Formats: sequence, structure tokens, C-alpha cells
Amino acid sequence: MRVVLAEDHALLRAGMTQLLEANGFTVLHAADDEASLATALADPAAEAAVLDVRLPPGQTDEGLRAAIEVRRARPGFPVMVISQYVEHLYARELLASGEGAVGYLLKDRVSDVAEFVDGVRRVAAGGTVLDPEVVASIMASRREEPLDRLTPREREVLALMAEGRSNAAIAARLVVTEKAVAKHINSIFAKLDLGLADDDHRRVRAVLTWLRV
Amino acid sequence: MSAPDVPGAAPARPGRWTLTAYAAWQFVLALGLLVLWVLWVLGAVLLVVWVGALLLAVAVPGVRAIATEHRRMAARVLGLPEPRPYLPLPAGNPMGALWVVMRDPMTWRDLAWSVWAFTLGLVWSLLCLVQALGVVTWPLWWWGLRWQLRWRSLVDLWFLGRSRTEHLEQRVQALTESRADVVDHSAAELRRLERDLHDGAQARLVALSMSLGLADQAFDDDPERARRLVNDARETTSAAIGDLRSVVRGIHPPVLADRGLVGAVQALALDMALPVRVNAALPGRPPAPVESALYFAVAECLANVGKHAAATEAWIELGWDDGRLHARVGDDGRGGADPAAGSGMLGVRRRLAAFDGRMSVSSPAGGPTVVTLEVPCELSSPRTTPSSAPE
Repeated sequence: MRVVLAEDHALLRAGMTQLLEANGFTVLHAADDEASLATALADPAAEAAVLDVRLPPGQTDEGLRAAIEVRRARPGFPVMVISQYVEHLYARELLASGEGAVGYLLKDRVSDVAEFVDGVRRVAAGGTVLDPEVVASIMASRREEPLDRLTPREREVLALMAEGRSNAAIAARLVVTEKAVAKHINSIFAKLDLGLADDDHRRVRAVLTWLRV
Repeated sequence: MSAPDVPGAAPARPGRWTLTAYAAWQFVLALGLLVLWVLWVLGAVLLVVWVGALLLAVAVPGVRAIATEHRRMAARVLGLPEPRPYLPLPAGNPMGALWVVMRDPMTWRDLAWSVWAFTLGLVWSLLCLVQALGVVTWPLWWWGLRWQLRWRSLVDLWFLGRSRTEHLEQRVQALTESRADVVDHSAAELRRLERDLHDGAQARLVALSMSLGLADQAFDDDPERARRLVNDARETTSAAIGDLRSVVRGIHPPVLADRGLVGAVQALALDMALPVRVNAALPGRPPAPVESALYFAVAECLANVGKHAAATEAWIELGWDDGRLHARVGDDGRGGADPAAGSGMLGVRRRLAAFDGRMSVSSPAGGPTVVTLEVPCELSSPRTTPSSAPE
């Protein structure tokens, strides 16, 4: 898979390139500022992007805006956004378009290489991967209809789905069988009125409902 | 001359009939003032035999009330904000209050003004009234009254407004106090930072280097143990980064740097456990220190809503007009908030005072609570907004 990478620290950029290439990705362009990122994202050969939020020259939220921009031009273009800190607000903006294929992780999650690469793959496949810290912030904030209908256990499952975990990973985390997880997930889909679309799509819809976007 | 103390829009200038009524009112008040002035002087003389204190207890507030009435009229006529020059009196302590009154230069200015008001001032008001009655003088009243009352008001305010020196003295006093508060506040902040770094990231980095050192020794003999230690080291690194992140948030929240005050306030609202409506718009960006002070003030207010208000809903308004940045945070909770209690709100007040800002709290028992924050400042040119603003 051909990806665009944007990261302004030279060391991290080199490290990320190495990490992605070692795991079967091809880094098509490695951008270090806003302008070079815009050029890189315009390349039709790009299939996904891994973007740092803060980029020169502004050092504010250039990467985030580029992610939203590219997804406006190419709906459903998979983007993994990484950052030194995460904001509930930014997660909502990223997911506002209502499609999946979005990831939003703290930069230091990269240290768990296998999980990070798995996250990028899930995003590329149309899934949603949110950082546990964002998920915790959403958990702490208000609960409204229709999520009130979920049991505490179902909410836990939904939170783990938002982190982009597979059924097997959720089962391992909650120490239950995969079958039980599948049952919870079906119940979540039913309670959130998510009809009979394919499973991946429904997972994304459930997470978006949860984020209230 | 007087300097305006209270910013605020002046009401519309009074018309001819109102001005005539002012002149009549000034005439009546001047008569009362004469009586009070005599009581005042008599009271001061008799203070040695204590009866004087009773006389003063009547005369001083009386003179003040009449002077205040003149200030109000003069401010209307001249289209200026009304000066409120008296020093605040201590509550429930008559002797202390007397001392403050005696110390207040405005008391003595009032007294001097009284002499003018019940002599020349009285005649002036009378002339204004008489003009309206005579056929010959009637045009003088029709066209000249405005100017006559203006002159009168200028003289009144010259006596009754605070002098430039007094104004500056009070300003110096306020600045000295707020500077001391700021120094205290920043010293406390530095101590907090030092503690946070020392107990958090620094301690974890020490643990990290220890794990790596142990792993280094274990590589040859016990590779399994070494791997475990490296794993520990990675977890410790994550925790240290998390600590640093929270310290950074406490110094200058990244979202504030990225999005400015409007975005940062939206982010705060989103993190609340209850629904918070945000109505925020700024035509530009305030200076960074002001932005930061207001952000932390709003954060503190929201934290209080979450902790104490038992509210089901809250709202934030943020705007700028006429050189003042203002924010209002309200909730539908149980009210009864005491701004003097709790170090958080005190900190907010101090932090805003450093920028000549102010905070006022309206929180009747039963709610709703509304906290108003205001800081005078100029905005820089508007910054490009993000391509997708939420909602």
C-alpha cells in the first residue's frame, strides 16, 4: 500500500518511514511542512495518509485541516492522524464527514509497532481507530439518547470498537468469549437502529453515533 | 477634571424640559444642602461632646446623597459616565466608617462644593428657571438653557469628580495590589510545575533508565528477563510522555495555541459531562496572555459548574466589542455560589486583575448562576479559520 507521510521532526520522519516500509507499506512521499504535504496529497497514486497534526510553518493544526481537505476532495480516503495530544473536538471534526477510514492516535502509540501498524491497516480498510484517551474523554462526557439504551457492558464494547479493536481483541480485553462479544455487538447495532449493512460499515456507524457526529 | 471611573454607555442627552426639571431639582436640593452643611459643620465642632457624631451621621450621608444626585445630572448633561469617587466603607463598623469618611478626600471636596452649590449654584438654577417665565427672557431659555446647564455641570464635576492626582493614586494602588498578586500567582505556578515535573516525568525517566540498565545486564544471561525489562521501559516511557502532556496542558493548552480562544472554549464545552451551548465569535485574536487568562477563567467556571451547580445545562457566550473581551458562563443549577469562597475563583480574579479585567458573579439561591468575565484588550487581525469548524 502506498502512503503519504507528514511529520516535521526529521528523526521521527525517518523512523516512521522505516517502520512503515518494514511492515509492507510504501512511503510515497514524506512531507515536512504544509506546502509539501499539499503537493503529496494531490498525487493520485496515494492510497492512504499518516499525518502529524502540527506542521510548519504555522505549527498549529495544519495536518488536521489537510486531512479534512483531502477527504473532501476524495471521500473515504483513509487518513491516520497522529499528534502529541488528542482532543475530543478534533476527533469530531475528523469524523464529521460521516465516513469511516479515519484514525486518530497519540504519537507515542507508535512505540507499540504491531498495534500501530494494525491500526493503519484497519483505517485503510475503512475502519475507525480512536485513541483510548479520546475514547476516555468521550466516556466522561455526556450520555444521551440513543446511547442510554445501551447496558454498561455494551458501552464498554462500543468504546473498544471505537479504538478500532477486532472482536477477538475485545474478547481478550473483557475476558469473555468472542461469541459473547458478537452478541453484544449485534445488540448494539439493534439498539442504535443500524440496519442490515455489512458489518464493517455498521461498526463505523455505531462509533459515529457514539461520537454524535 | 474628573475622569470616568465606570465604563458604560451614556444614556441619551436630556431635552429642554428635562434640563428645566434638573434646574428646579438643583434649586430644591440646594436648600436642603444648606441645612445639611450647617449640620455638618456643627457636628464637626460638637464632635468633642459626642452629640456631633449623631449630627454627622445625618449630615454626611445627606450631603453625599445630594452630591451623588448632582453627579448623575451633570454626567447626563455632559454625556459622560457618572463618576463614583467615594472610598468603599467597611460594613458594620461605625468608627471605621467614620475614619474612612474623614480620610476620603472626596468628603472635603463635597463640603467645598456645597458652599458653591447653595450660593452661586442656587442663584444659577434660579436664573435658569426664571428665564422660562419672562416673555423677554424666554428666547434665552429656549436656546441658551443647554449651555447654561453645561457650564453648571462642568463646575459641579470639577468639584465632585476625582482629581487627576487622586485618580492616579488610586490607579497606582490598584496596580501595586495586582502586581503583588501576579508575582504570588506565578511563584505558586512555578512551584506547582516543579512538583509536577519532579514527581511525574522526572521520576519516571529515572525508573526508565534503571530498567534499561538492568536489561543491559540481563541480555546475556536471561534474554527473557531482558525483554520484560525493555517492555517495562516502554510502558514507563508512555507514562512519562503522558505526564509531560498534562503539564503542557496546564501551562498552555495546545488547542488554545492551535485554534485560539473560540476553538479552545468549544473544546472545553465538549469535554463537559453536561450539555454546554457555546455562542462564541471574535473578529480577531486577543493577545496571547489575555487569551490564556480568559481560557483558564472559563475552564475554572466550567469546573465549578460540574462540581457544585447540580445543573442539567450550561452555556458560554464569548464576544468582543468596544475594546473589551467578555465571556459569560451560565448554568441552570442551584445557585448560591460564593465568589469569595474557593481558591479557584480567587485565582481567576487575580489573573484577570493583572489585565485590568474583572469578574462578577450573579448566583441567587435557586439559580441560575451567571459569571461574567471582562478584560479590556485589542484584537489582532483575524486569523484564517479552520476549513471545518464544528457545527
